[in-house]
This record gives sequence, C-alpha cells and structure tokens, in this order.
Amino acid sequence: MKVRVEVFLKAGVLDVQGKAIEAALGGLGFAGVSEVRVGRIIAYDAAGDDRAAAETQGKAMADKLLANAVIESYRVEVA
Amino acid sequence: MKSAVVVFPGSNCDRDCAVAIERSTGSKAEMVWHMESELPPLDLIVLPGGFSYGDYLRCGAMAALSPVMGAVKVAAERGTAVVGICNGFQVLCEAGMLPGALLRNAGLKYVCKRVTLEIINSQTRFTSAYGEKREAVMTVGNGEGNYFADEETLDRLEGEGRVVFRYQDNPNGSARAIAGIVNAGGNVLGVMPHPDRAFELDLGSADGAALFQSVAASA
Repeated sequence: MKVRVEVFLKAGVLDVQGKAIEAALGGLGFAGVSEVRVGRIIAYDAAGDDRAAAETQGKAMADKLLANAVIESYRVEVA
Repeated sequence: MKSAVVVFPGSNCDRDCAVAIERSTGSKAEMVWHMESELPPLDLIVLPGGFSYGDYLRCGAMAALSPVMGAVKVAAERGTAVVGICNGFQVLCEAGMLPGALLRNAGLKYVCKRVTLEIINSQTRFTSAYGEKREAVMTVGNGEGNYFADEETLDRLEGEGRVVFRYQDNPNGSARAIAGIVNAGGNVLGVMPHPDRAFELDLGSADGAALFQSVAASA
C-alpha cells in the first residue's frame, strides 16, 4: 500500500515560507491567492493489506519522528 | 571539570566548543561520537552547533534519536549540566529535554552577526560567573533560530525564571526575544547564540567564557 504522511505547520504558527511564496505569487500577477502554507509529504510503501494497521503505524511514526507536535500537525493517507 | 562535546555527523562547532571549554576553564573536553550509547561520569555535556544529519526532516530531529542522546538524557536526569548551542538547542527541543521548538527565522534569511544579550537570570549554573554583569555579547549564526512555544509555556518559562538570555535586538523573530532557556531542573541550557565563538577578545568578545566558567565553578 502507498502511504502518504502530510505534515504542515499548525494554524497559528507563522509559516514564513508560505508568506514569502504568497508574496512572490502576487508579484507574478496571480490574483486571489491567500493562506499559502508550505508542508512536507513523506511517502512510502507499507507491507500487507490492512489499511487500518497502516494508518495506525503512519500515525505512530508521525508522533515519534515525522512531525513535531509542538509546531506541526499531520494527516495520514493510505491509498 | 570533566566535560564532553558530542559530535554528530554534520556538527561543525564541536572543535570550537572543545577549545572554548579548555581556554575558559583550563580543563580539556573529551569528544564523544554520536553512536556511543554510554557516557563516563561528567560535569558538563555540550551539544555543539552545526547541521547534524544535514538538518534532514527538521533541524535536530534525527540527532535527537541518535544513540548518544539516550545517555545524555540519563546524565541530565542525574543532574549533569547539559548545554545545547545553536543546533544543540534544536536537538534538546526535539529530544523533549527543553520545551518549544526553533522555527525558520522570521526574516527567512540565515542570520550571522554579533548580538547583545541581556542576562535575565544570573543565578543559574550557567550564568553565576557573570556576577553583576547584565549583558553579554556573542554571535548568532542560524537559519532556524526563531524560538517558538505556546503562550502558556512562555508565561511559565518567564514566571519560573527559566528565560536565561534575551536578545536586545531580536535577530530572528524569537518569541519574547528569547535567546536561551533552562529546563525545570536548571541543569539543561539551550542557547541559540554561540558562547563558543566568544571566549577571548581576539574573537571580538570574551563574554562566552563565563558560561563555561559558571559550570566549572559548580562542578
């Protein structure tokens, strides 16, 4: 199974990269773009076909390493 | 004083720290590779600046999980003084040994310059040798030095006298201009500016020496 863990800075934590990209997009003439956030996707293959187990494992890995709960939130997607 | 400097792959201030400790206190520091899982009895452990594990994933995230950090945690629980400088501060936060996290600098740019710090608490194991001195000049060199913690944590740090250093002119957007904090036990210090780059006047400032001398005095 293909698993993706999406990690983003929590709402309320200033995303300076997002702000800079938003300003650059505005400068290029793309109108109506706001709340740009920059995140990270960690993608991997999980063995077996137990989707719930893969999701549980993805969450455990995010809690332990892939995300820092002080500043980031995450979402696990099993495809 | 028995001290050790931990060397992670990508550390680049490890030698600076060793020289700073020796010149400031007169005793030589031992270098410890990150794969070591045991440490000898020590008075001071320094986690140096640099780019441990290439800053992969998040600054300090991988280093926080390296074998040596288990031993550093055990030593800290026994009361050994631990100082994390710059990347070392990031490692301590990632390891859960200090609250908060270091974010990308508010101005997005890597900041490398001399800064004046206010010594907020001179009663700690890391600042006692500053005496009546209320300011210290050191240099910062960081891209992710923007200290962040939730409001409640910041209030607690301030209320408990755990904010040790504050920037006079905040270079990276750190919450409440925090440059250095200690843990609840007072024996683990995280500091973003480099005392290891300011231990003798030839470097532009000798104000970092008192930090190592404070630890030596309590050893």
